[in-house]
Formats: sequence, structure tokens, C-alpha cells
Amino acid sequence: MTDLATSEAPAGAALAETDDGTARLHRAILIGIAAALVVAPFVAYPVFVMKVLCFALFALAFNLLLGYGGLLSFGHAAYFGMASYVCAYTAKNWGLTPELAILLGTAVAAGLGTVFGALAIRRQGIYFAMITLALAQMVFFFSLQTPRFTGGEDGIQAVPRGKLLGLLDLADDRALYWLVAAIFMAGLLAIYRIIHSPFGQICKAIRDNEPRAISLGYRANQYKLMVFVLSAALAGLAGATKAIVFQLASLTDVYWTMSGEVVLMTLVGGLGTVFGPIVGAIVMVTMQNYLATLGAWVTVIQGLIFVACVLLFREGIVGVIAKTIRKPL
Amino acid sequence: MFELLGIPPQALFGQVLLGLINGSFYAILSLGLAVIFGLLNIINFAHGAQYMMGAFVAWMALNYLGLNYWFALVLAPVVVGAVGVAIERLLLKRIAHLDHLYGLLLTFGLALIIQGLFRNQYGSSGLPYGIPPQLAGGQNLGFMFLPNYRAWVIVASLVVCLATWFLIEKTRLGAYLRAATENPTLTQAFGINVPLLVTLTYGFGVALAAFAGVLAAPVYSVNPNMGGDLIIVVFAVVVIGGMGSIMGAIVTGFALGLVEGLTKVFYPEASSTVIFVIMVLVLLVKPAGLFGRPA
Repeated sequence: MTDLATSEAPAGAALAETDDGTARLHRAILIGIAAALVVAPFVAYPVFVMKVLCFALFALAFNLLLGYGGLLSFGHAAYFGMASYVCAYTAKNWGLTPELAILLGTAVAAGLGTVFGALAIRRQGIYFAMITLALAQMVFFFSLQTPRFTGGEDGIQAVPRGKLLGLLDLADDRALYWLVAAIFMAGLLAIYRIIHSPFGQICKAIRDNEPRAISLGYRANQYKLMVFVLSAALAGLAGATKAIVFQLASLTDVYWTMSGEVVLMTLVGGLGTVFGPIVGAIVMVTMQNYLATLGAWVTVIQGLIFVACVLLFREGIVGVIAKTIRKPL
Repeated sequence: MFELLGIPPQALFGQVLLGLINGSFYAILSLGLAVIFGLLNIINFAHGAQYMMGAFVAWMALNYLGLNYWFALVLAPVVVGAVGVAIERLLLKRIAHLDHLYGLLLTFGLALIIQGLFRNQYGSSGLPYGIPPQLAGGQNLGFMFLPNYRAWVIVASLVVCLATWFLIEKTRLGAYLRAATENPTLTQAFGINVPLLVTLTYGFGVALAAFAGVLAAPVYSVNPNMGGDLIIVVFAVVVIGGMGSIMGAIVTGFALGLVEGLTKVFYPEASSTVIFVIMVLVLLVKPAGLFGRPA
């Protein structure tokens, strides 16, 4: 299939991705992000920053699949939301410590991703998007109909934040913040590593020309499935962390609008750029915060941004920057 | 009266009827999606929103202009179809050269805008729309009571679906359309105005959705969210049927509605997911869809 990320050729395509200058620049940006994470809770409201970080990780996970696997999933809410439910349920009803609950949520998302991914990669392009959307809607109906597990319309409320490893109390926002920041940074580094590993290079080769990659002896479907599972697991990690931060898991997290939101964040930040989704998440979460009082107008504005991005601004914020400085970001 | 597996026939046939009604909406909507996809190569995510607009145009025509159901049945497809034509000319045309997935994203954005605007104006609780007096009441068939309006919905959808099939498969215009679907460049070289054909096709697909919306207005309440979830089910229907065949889309639509209705009788918990489960089974057995050609 032709795909979204390369048809617009974000700046990286023509430039060698392994040249030293780029690697140095990326390292500097990663260090800059780590530094910003240290400073952030002192200049901004920690819960807001944690929300941004959860969504940024979610968008990074989505972009791993779209930007580097060339697969547009319209159902990523399923992994985000299901992990969120599992984490909330086990932390509240089984009394798991937060790190175990988050890990369990991530594992369930990975399992779900394995099943759904194996089904969805049987079709390509537009069908792939429709299948992932339909499968996610199935998860939504399942969540709606099993209130014993999900709390139905109410969701799972008052999830205890618990004590990290049974020792460190996370009820304090500052304490929790360091955990969330660490999870985010680990996720970002993992994704960065995946993209730049031999595995990531093969995924890009399959994205750009699947028949050719197959003719070179790569089992394209296995790679696609693997990148799908990784993406689902990381989306689950973001969802599970969000459940601990907000002490809530609800139907919103598994609904198709959530899948649309993560697409939008990635689109605004820059499809197929390493750091774009982070910028997109910051922009969109900040916007939602300011517009929260406007009710249904938020939907209208999101739709307008969608249309404007597709028509006028396909490279996204980071994509434009990358083009200007002529280095892949 | 006889009973089937402990289910009273009234309930059974009632659900079968409701299933067929849902099936007619699936059929009309997936038909529109297939026609649009054939020529424009995009999946029209705004299809559900346009279906909802059809229902709203009917409601507005009645409440603001005093025009009854029968006028609305003509007016709504024309008005919403015209909006579709404008969307194609102003927006979709600009991204026609890009990857198809951008079309999906653009129409998704449009769906959000349309839904949001209607929700702002009319809230999300739904507005009532009465059954036209000519179709009130029903027939007692002995084994069940058949409301006239429901029978009308099924008959009208069947007629529209078959007329569309006839238009595309048996007329000269349809032949142009099929030629343009197969090879637009060559078709244009023969002097057929393909860009116009593309615009009209999109408008026609959208008009079909609006027609379904008017049919649905008296069955379900007129609600800004009525299309949002429906369109995802229709996507699953399209995946099951494959978009290669017009008749395939019609048959799949009705059949899946029927299956959904029967599920509601025998295992109600699964009724909202049965179509997705069938989609999974079809993907496992015949990934190209029941009527699809392998890519």
C-alpha cells in the first residue's frame, strides 16, 4: 500500500537518517525533553502535565504504527481504554500495587493487539482502517454491556493510586508525577530505539514497498503484526497510567472519538516524525483545557482542525520545522 | 399459536421486521459507500452524518416550512446531495491526488463538524418525528401485526436499492460510471466528463444516505448522534460484503440486518456485536469479503 507518512515525504525521506549530525541533534532533543520533564512540575500544574504526558505517549504509540508501519489504525482507543479498565479494576478490586496494575493493563492491551492485529493485517489500506475501527467498537459495546467489570456508564471511579512497590505513597501529585514522567521517558526512548533499530528499518522498508521487502525475504506480515502489538502495548501503557493519574476509567476512553483524537494529535504534530506526536498532544490537550466550557463546540473545532490539517498543513508542526532545518525530527 | 424454541412468534417476527428495517439502512448506506468508493477511492466517513442530516432536513421541513413527509422524501436527498456536491468540489477535489487515507481523515473531520453543529443547535436528546398519516396503523397478518410504516420502509429501500443497481449496471450513464471506475484517464480520453461524473457520484451517494435518514426519522427519533455509531456498523458490513459488487452490498446489508434481528431474539446480549463477530469470521475465512475480489 501507499501510505500517509511517505506520500507527503516528511523531510527525512531524502536525507540519510543515520548521519552523525542528525543523531547528535536527536540526542540533544531527548536530553532537552528530559530536562523539561524535570522542570515542568514546578512551572505548571502537575496533573495537567501528567495528562499531557499520557496522551503524548498514546500519540507516540499510534505514530509508531502509522508513521513507521504505514498502517492507519482507527481503533487505538480499544487498547488505551481496555488497559485503563484493567488497571483501574485490578488496582481497586484486587488491591494490586500501581506498577503491577499498570503492567497488567499493558499486557492485556498487548494481547488484544495481537488478536486484533492478526485480523486487521489481513486487509490493507482503507479496509485496515475500517476493520480496526469496527473491532474497537466491539470492545466499546463489550465495555458497555459488562458493567460488573467496567462500571457501565459510571466507569470505574475512585481508583486508589496506591503505593509504588508497596513503599512510596502516590497520593501526592508530585510523587506520582515522577512515576508518570519516568514511564513517559521510558516509552519515548523505547520507541526511539525501535524506530532506529534494524527491526524499525525493515518496517520502514515494508511501509515504502511491501512487495520488494517480501522479495528480499522478509516476512512482511510478521513485521506488521509485531509493530502493531508494540504500538498497542504502548498505547495500553499510556491508558493504564492515565487510569492511575485520574483515578478513573470510563467509556470515553474506549469510544471511537478517542481513536479520532489520537489521530488528530499525530496529524497536528507531524505524521511520521519522531517527536511530532508529543507536540501534537501538548497542543490538543492545552486546547481542550481552554475550550472545555464550550461543550459541543470542541467537537466542531476538532473537526475544523482535521479538515484544515488535511487540506493545508499535512506535514504538521514538527514536519514543517524538520523541513526548514532540513533534518529529520 | 405455535412457538419456536420457546419464543412467541409475535416477538420473533417483530424482531425479524426490525432487523429487516435496520438491514435496509445498512443496504442503502453501504451501497452509497460502495458507489463513492468505486469512483473516488475514498471512504466517506461523513456518511453517517449525512444520513443524520437527511433526517434533520425532514424534521426542519415539517417544523419550519410545514412540508410533510412526502415532500421531505424528495427534498432531503436533494438538499443534502447539494451539500455533498459542494463538499466534493470545494474539499475532496483538492486531495484527490493524495493517498486515499487522507480522504478518510478529511471526511472524519467533516463528520465531527456536522455532528457538533447539530448537537449545539438541537441537543442530543432527540426530536420526535411522526409517522405520516397515510402510513399509520397496520395489518393483522394472523401470525403477527405488521405496522404499515415498517412495511413501507422495507419496500421503499428495496426499490431504491434495485433502482440504483439498474442505473449502474444497465443504463448508459451507469456504463460511463463503470468505465470511469475502471480507468478514469481512458474514459476521459473518450470525451466523457469524468470530473463531473465524480462530483455527481459523490452527490448521489450522499443523497442515498439522506434518503435513508428520512426513512429512519419516524422509526427512530431524529438525533444528532444517530449516524455516528451506525456508520461504524456499516463499515463492518462493507468489510463483510466487500465493495466490489453493487448487488453484493444490497444483499449483505439486508442479510446482516436480519441476522442482527434474530440475534436480538435468541441471544440479546450479543445483538450489538454480532455484526462485528461476523466480520471477524469473514476475515478469517475469506479476507476479501463475501463479494469482493482479492486485491
